[in-house]
Amino acid sequence: MRKTARLVTTASALATVLGALSLSPQLAIAADAQVVEEGKKIAFDRKKGNCLACHLVDDGDLPGNIGPPLVAMKARFPDKSVLRAQIWDSTKANPNSMMPPFGRHEILTEGEIDKVVEYIYTL
Amino acid sequence: MRKIALTATAVALFAGLPLAAQATPADDLKSFREHFIKMFPGVPLEEYKNGVYAINADARSSWEAIEEFPPYEDELERGGELFNTPFANGKTYASCFPNGGKGIRQNYPYFDSASGKVKTLEQEINECRTTNGEKPLGWNKGDIAAISAYMASTSNGKKLNVKVPNDPRALEAYNRGKQFFYAKRGQLNLSCANCHYDNAGRMVRADTLSPALGHLSHFPVYRLKWNGLGTAHRRYGGCNKQVRAKPFPAQSDEYRALEYFHTYMSNGISVNAPSSRK
Ligand code: HEC
Ligand code: HEC
Repeated sequence: MRKTARLVTTASALATVLGALSLSPQLAIAADAQVVEEGKKIAFDRKKGNCLACHLVDDGDLPGNIGPPLVAMKARFPDKSVLRAQIWDSTKANPNSMMPPFGRHEILTEGEIDKVVEYIYTL
Repeated sequence: MRKIALTATAVALFAGLPLAAQATPADDLKSFREHFIKMFPGVPLEEYKNGVYAINADARSSWEAIEEFPPYEDELERGGELFNTPFANGKTYASCFPNGGKGIRQNYPYFDSASGKVKTLEQEINECRTTNGEKPLGWNKGDIAAISAYMASTSNGKKLNVKVPNDPRALEAYNRGKQFFYAKRGQLNLSCANCHYDNAGRMVRADTLSPALGHLSHFPVYRLKWNGLGTAHRRYGGCNKQVRAKPFPAQSDEYRALEYFHTYMSNGISVNAPSSRK
């Protein structure tokens, strides 16, 4: 688990550096509608992200209200890697967070988290 | 490795509450109550015996309609019959309990200084059976829930009055239960407190989270989902599974300690059992 953490930290550090050079590999897929669509599926799936349990998200049915509505994500998170870090391990920012640490506890795979980030970033 | 990491989180969280760790049970009770009184101003303490319906007016009216013809009526009646039916040796459940088993629910669970352990009502129902040469019942539902519900119903209106006597072993059990309540667990990393203390009244999808205050006043509970009565430990197992944690066995040391703390936090609220829930 710790190894994954290190890999991810390295990866997002790298992404930040690349981002600064406007060469972010994430940019290449940002516009990919298919990835966004898959990200939405993962976010809505009760067995995967289940984000609707706690957040108002997009056009999702019966959202919970434990977390803030997921809107204006680009304004809230100018740096996409900060958004990813929130989803990967919410307890970094708030140790008593109600939000499950999707990456740290391997609830979602790294690839699934990437897709969810791309989707959430369109909101 | 994951297990170690999770235990470490739990310990860290608990250590993060230095005041709470030293607080006496009476201090804990005071601040626990005040938290909810602040959260739901205008809801009287006694109302918390109604669980989520104390704080959700919409859900309450359909629940009141259900309670007009209680779905647990048959099981409750059967519980009374079972309670009054003598064992093969001629003795009855009444012989095993103070006051013949009537009007005593508010004192459970209690710390038994002879064994140094927390005893629950269900545990003593089964002990009564085995001492009298009968087989023990399954823990979570069926006959044991019916008998326990019947016994609890004879205590309705009496205020929960769980004691933590001045005995280090009792305090240790109480603190273990308290730690269980506040510790994050499972793949989803959630504590009982995350749902039933920090976020009571909020919605997880379409479910309003009930306040932990008053939780143990109305068990065993009839759930539509169960289509029958179930004990508190059955519910504990369900709430553990929801967060993808491995549930502990009913009547394990862990759940008895949890029930001890959890019920103590509701002291002063009337027994109101059984009651129906979604
Ligand atoms: C069980 C509850 C729960 C679930 C499930 C959940 N979250 Fe959260 N989320 C929260 C809470 C509560 C917060 C507020 C911050 C905190 O307390 O950690 C939050 C905060 C956030 C934030 C930061 C919002 C801001 O404006 O600061 C984002 C982004 C987010 N969640 C995304 C997600 C995504 C994406 C998913 C699903 C993959 C998800 N959440 C699932 C409870 C949850
Ligand atoms: C992910 C959120 C969540 C967590 C974590 C959770 N629960 Fe629950 N619990 C619920 C929901 C939802 C219900 C059903 C609605 C209600 O009454 O709150 C419920 C119901 C209950 C009830 C029944 C209340 C009644 O009036 O009949 C009890 C008791 C309970 N939970 C105890 C616990 C305990 C103890 C823990 C920790 C071991 C726990 N819960 C963890 C969500 C949770």
